[in-house]
Amino acid sequence: MSERPISEDDLQAFVDGAVDAAREGVVRSYLAAHPDAAARVSGYAAQREALREALAPIAEEPVPSTLNLDRLLAERRRPPRAPWPMAAAACALLALGSAGGWVARGFGMPPQAGVSALGQEAAENYRVYAADRFYPVEFTARDSGALSQWISERLNRSVTAPDLTSAGYRLMGGRLVATPHGPAGLFLYSRSGGQRLEVFIRPMRLNRNARMTEHAYGGLGGVAWSDDGLGYSLIGDAPAKVLHPLADEVRRQVRTLGA
Amino acid sequence: MNDVKRLVEPLIPALRRYAGALLRDGDAADDLVQDCLERAISRWGQRRADGDTRTWLFAILHNLAMSRLRREARRGAHLTLESADETALSQAPDQEHRLRHGELLRAVAALPEDQRSVLLLVSVEDLSYAETARVLGAPVGTVMSRLSRARERLRQAMMGESAPVARAHLRRVK
Repeated sequence: MSERPISEDDLQAFVDGAVDAAREGVVRSYLAAHPDAAARVSGYAAQREALREALAPIAEEPVPSTLNLDRLLAERRRPPRAPWPMAAAACALLALGSAGGWVARGFGMPPQAGVSALGQEAAENYRVYAADRFYPVEFTARDSGALSQWISERLNRSVTAPDLTSAGYRLMGGRLVATPHGPAGLFLYSRSGGQRLEVFIRPMRLNRNARMTEHAYGGLGGVAWSDDGLGYSLIGDAPAKVLHPLADEVRRQVRTLGA
Repeated sequence: MNDVKRLVEPLIPALRRYAGALLRDGDAADDLVQDCLERAISRWGQRRADGDTRTWLFAILHNLAMSRLRREARRGAHLTLESADETALSQAPDQEHRLRHGELLRAVAALPEDQRSVLLLVSVEDLSYAETARVLGAPVGTVMSRLSRARERLRQAMMGESAPVARAHLRRVK
């Protein structure tokens, strides 16, 4: 019976202890006769051990609470988002479509601007990002420093994510988004029930200091205002009246930090 | 859903280790593992009943890691090797060990992504070649050739590194 020639796969399998018993003897005698190959294989074996040893501490660490399966399972069991927000979004999009057509028809008219445009942009972004199951945010809360820096640089204004933990909303993170009026910063928050909240910020040319106004965007509620040339809109899946205290809190923090 | 807990929970430390070794950033790795677990929970019904949970989970995690690394590369990799804390990855009992482990992990990090994944899945996570192939969605032959290239490359790198300390200092100057 002629033996299959020794292959590189045999040598790798030998390192991993994955050579079948019948083949092992053949590999061993090959290595005994070929010191170069033997040196290489023993180098790989040592490397394998060192790598396992170097990475073992990670697997021995206590599992962080963010990876607690019971909690992840419980969050999963929250009532599924009903189809009606989809219908509401579709209605809103229809409305937007007709509004867009109307604006386009009035060619000489000034573009929609000011706080109402800001709120509209915020609501549109909420629909895209708050509903996203995979990458709602570009930077997570863990990188909130880098996130604030990024947004501040692009808006050319100092912006930090408001802290809404007192209201039960945890910062998920955020991203930079585009609007017809330039870049805007978007921060997303979530509550244990899964509800998401958005704080949307961009510089204002019009309405540089506007009082708070409540808006409804087909199922979504919003509160928009501006302060010292920066416009803010807070959007959530609740009536604007319910969201108003949160907007007050955001404004309070912004003013405190700005002062 | 009791199955999820019974089958998935024991694998979390290994998932953290793989994500940590790939991303070299503990926080980012845990974010990734969290994504992986959430996805596993939501797709639990879709996994093959006869399939191996470990391979399935590693495949989810691997795909998430690759898309994260690609996004980072597109963004200009704000996470550099220098910013990753080696001691956080390797806490060997003595200093010399820790240094060696640091060098080894640096050399692993310098491997091309596809070789690094194979090396880690086979050498550290004890996946079989066939399981590794399933995780990567690549043929076994590809896994074998990546494995052998990764090991040789790492060996060459470490032969340089294992030189006496004085030489290592000299080399670092350049």
